[in-house]
Amino acid sequence: MATLKILVVDDEPGIRAGVERILRNFKVDFPFMDEMYDFAVLEAETGERGIEIIESEKPDIVLLDNKLPGIQGVEVLEYVRGKKYDIVVVMITSYASLELAVKATHDGAYDFIPKPFTPQELKSSLENISKQLYLKRMTRKMKNEGKQVRFQFLSVLSHELKAPLNAVEGYLGIMKERQLGLNFDDYNEVIERSLKRLSGMRNLIMDLLDLTKIESGKANQKIEHCDLVNIARGSIDIMMPYAIQKDVEISLNAPEKLMKYVDPDEIEIIFNNLISNAIKYNKDGGTVEIDIYEDTSAKKTTLCVSDTGIGIKEEDKERLFGDFVRIKTAETKNIAGSGLGLSIVKKIVELNKGEITVGSVPDKGSVFTVILPI
Amino acid sequence: MKKIILIVDDDSDYLFQLKLKVERFGFEVVTADGQREGEKVIESLKPDLAIFDLMMENEDSGFILSYKIKKKYPDVPVILATAVTAETGMSFDLSENSNRSWIKADLFLDKGIRADQLEKEIKKLLKL
Repeated sequence: MATLKILVVDDEPGIRAGVERILRNFKVDFPFMDEMYDFAVLEAETGERGIEIIESEKPDIVLLDNKLPGIQGVEVLEYVRGKKYDIVVVMITSYASLELAVKATHDGAYDFIPKPFTPQELKSSLENISKQLYLKRMTRKMKNEGKQVRFQFLSVLSHELKAPLNAVEGYLGIMKERQLGLNFDDYNEVIERSLKRLSGMRNLIMDLLDLTKIESGKANQKIEHCDLVNIARGSIDIMMPYAIQKDVEISLNAPEKLMKYVDPDEIEIIFNNLISNAIKYNKDGGTVEIDIYEDTSAKKTTLCVSDTGIGIKEEDKERLFGDFVRIKTAETKNIAGSGLGLSIVKKIVELNKGEITVGSVPDKGSVFTVILPI
Repeated sequence: MKKIILIVDDDSDYLFQLKLKVERFGFEVVTADGQREGEKVIESLKPDLAIFDLMMENEDSGFILSYKIKKKYPDVPVILATAVTAETGMSFDLSENSNRSWIKADLFLDKGIRADQLEKEIKKLLKL
C-alpha cells in the first residue's frame, strides 16, 4: 500500500471536510499496478497557506480552488510549475470559465472538477490521476535503472581496458629493466604474452564498435537484398586460419543461395561471433557445422551453428548472453575473450525481432540457433 | 636453502610478472591462480611468506586466504597485493587497530609497487 498525499486548497471548510470524508476509505487499484494507493488529505484555506504546505509536505496531488481570498488558484499553479515540482494539479471551481480553463491547462493543470461535485466525480478523477502517477513513476524508475546498467557497463569496460594495459606495461617494464638478462631470446615469452593481451584488447575494441552500431538502433540499419549463404561463406573464410590452427573442420549445410532483406553487416557479425566461438571453445580435431534454411510458410529463416566443444552447463546458460559475461571454468581459463560477443549477437537478433537459443551438453558440444522473421 | 614465497593471483599476467620479480630477489616461488587453488597449496605446503591478490573468485578472496593461512601457520607473514585502491578508491590501512583486528595480513601493497620497494618489504617481513 502506498499513500498519495493530496492537498485541498479551498476557503470553504465544507469542501475541505467533504474531500476528507470521501477519500477516507477510498483506495485505487488497477490490475497492472503492483500496489494499491490510498490517500492522506492535507488542507489549506488560502493559496499562501497552500504554498507553505506544498513546500513542507511535497504533496502528490493538489486540488485547487481558483477563487481564493488572497492569491488566486492559478497563481498557486504557476508557482508549482515554476518550481518544476512533480505535482498533479486539479482545479476545482464553480467559476470555471473557458478562459480560465485554457489558462490553467496551459499552465499545467491536469484536470477540472466543477463545483459542486459528487463523491463519484472526485473518485473517478483521482483514479485517473493515480494511474497516471503510477505509470510516470514506473517509467522514471526504469529510466534510472537503465542509467544504472549503463554505469555498470562503463565501469566493467574501463576495468577490461585497463587490465591488458597494466599487463603490457608490466611486460615492457621487465624488458626495460632487462630482468631476464641480456639474451634477447629469453624475452620471447614476455613478448608473446604482450602481443596476446594487445590482440585481446583489439578484439574488445572491435566488439565495442559493433555495439555502438547496434545501440544506434534501427535508424542505422542498411537493409539490402543479399545472400545469407554468401555472408556465411565470407565468415568461414575469415575464421579459416583460426580453425586450421585448432584443427577444427567447418562444414556448411545450406542452399546454393538464400536471398533475404537484411543488414548484411549485422548478419556477418552474427556469423563471425557464433563461428569464432564454435572454434574457440571446441576441442582440437573437432567440427563446426553451420546450417542455414528457411521455412517459407512460417516466414522464418534459421541460422544454426553447432560445435563439438566443451559445452555449457545448464546453470550458465542464462547468464551467457549478458555484457562482459565469461563463464569461468578450468577449460575456459586460458581462452581469451571480451565477454561481449554473445551479448552483441543477442542484441542484433532482438533488433531484428528474432530469437536466439542455445542447447548444450557439457563436454559434447553446443548448438546456437538464431531464428529471424524473414 | 632458498626461502619459499607463495603467490596467489587470478590474473595470469600479473602472476607471471610477480613470479619473475620475486625469483630475481633470490627466492623460490610457488604460484596458484585463484583462491581455491591457493587453499589447496597451503594444505600441503608451508611457505615462508605469502602474497595474495585481494579480489579473485570472490571480492574478499585475499582476506579469506589470509585468514586461513594465519590459522594454519600463524608465523607466516602475509602481503595483500591489490589494485583495489586505484579502482575503487577504497583503502585499508593496517596501522589502524580497527582494521588490524579483522584483516589478518601483515601488509597491504599496491600492485603497481616498484620492484626494489617490494624486495625491501619482503625482506623486512622475513627479517632478512
